[in-house]
Amino acid sequence: MIRTFFPRARQIFLILFFAMGLVACDINAVPRYDEETRAAWSEVLNQYQRRADLVPNLVETVAGFARQEKETLTAVVEARSKATQMQLPPDILNNPEAFRQFQQSQAALGGALARLLVVVEKYPDLKSNQNFLSLQSQLEGTENRITVARRDYILSVQKYNTELRTFPGRLVAGVLYPDAEVKQTFDIAEQAKEAPKVKF
Amino acid sequence: MARYIRDRGTAAWAIRTVVLLLCAIYAAAGQPAIAAEPEFPRLTGRVVDEAALLSAPVRERITGWLAEFERASKRQVVVVTVKDLQGYPIEDFGYRLGRAWGIGEKDKNTGVILLVAPKEREVRIEVGYGLEGELTDAISRAIIEQNILPAFKQGDYEQGIVNGIAAILKVLGWDGATPGVTRDAPESTQELPPIPLLILIILFVIFRFGRNAVFGGRHGRGVWGSRSRGGGFSGRGGSFGGGGASGRW
Repeated sequence: MIRTFFPRARQIFLILFFAMGLVACDINAVPRYDEETRAAWSEVLNQYQRRADLVPNLVETVAGFARQEKETLTAVVEARSKATQMQLPPDILNNPEAFRQFQQSQAALGGALARLLVVVEKYPDLKSNQNFLSLQSQLEGTENRITVARRDYILSVQKYNTELRTFPGRLVAGVLYPDAEVKQTFDIAEQAKEAPKVKF
Repeated sequence: MARYIRDRGTAAWAIRTVVLLLCAIYAAAGQPAIAAEPEFPRLTGRVVDEAALLSAPVRERITGWLAEFERASKRQVVVVTVKDLQGYPIEDFGYRLGRAWGIGEKDKNTGVILLVAPKEREVRIEVGYGLEGELTDAISRAIIEQNILPAFKQGDYEQGIVNGIAAILKVLGWDGATPGVTRDAPESTQELPPIPLLILIILFVIFRFGRNAVFGGRHGRGVWGSRSRGGGFSGRGGSFGGGGASGRW
């Protein structure tokens, strides 16, 4: 009686425990966080693209009032074409070199735009032009969206990398997702340098 | 022999059990908090006047507009005045507040927040993802510059907030709000004989009390607060991505 009861109870207990453990370890965490980082990354790209799309209009408007600022305007146009023409390798999130290049080219465009907006201060006609004001607020809003998108990306990568490197996730990833790699992320210091806040 | 095998089986099970137990403990311990968040005011209604810039009638009036607007369009607009921004840039504070409260419909993200920080002298219109196409950055900025800041510069916060909200609602396709604060409210209460005034006050208290008792706050009001979905105000899970515009005065 006791002999037949005990092993069965133990079996049931262990099966239950095993199931609980599986749930606790969350074997789907790695792919789920991976998808989250991808989504956050597309949002970053999307917002950078949006900024790049604003540039031609902005440059044209500024050029109409401040033709003598050729140097600054050319710098913006060049930085834009560099940033948009850069070929992003498919593994950019795991590729430190490519990631750094991407970040630099976008930072260069951000810097050139910031300089342009400083130069503009000298032209009161331009500053009161409706078209320019509208573009300026769009640019401001887009810079803000970039900041938010980057922050969301940083947080999602942090979650993903933590899952990969710490105990239960590390075991699960080792067994089930051997291809999962730690991802690259923006460093915040760089971000602070890149977008000098222009107050209007 | 049989006993030996069984013992080995038991040992394997024991090891697995220990590993899984560790897993469970890990999961229970929880992940460390990733980033610090500012401390947000409680979402007590459509108008959260932490900085006490609005008088009760104006607050009720705006709340009425916003409630009607939500009934008509399912979109959520809220007004927040804060004591201070706790050192965060207003853009940063704004979208995080919107996400924390979940203003706007879930998945459609149709929320707007008018955030006023009198201490920092900053104002922001924070626009949810879903309304960025209608209430664009440029329009938000125009509303701030044309409808809000002129009054704020004269220290008239009520006027600025009322005009700003009326303009926002108009852009979002709702004409029910009228700009301008009629300032006859305090005068007329002086002229009113005491009894009607008393009745008004009693009605007001009952209204307020009734509302609180029925709808309650979003947090910590016990069963009543958390259960009430019939008309009390809470966010619907909308999200924000930094759209909108800010202004300083």
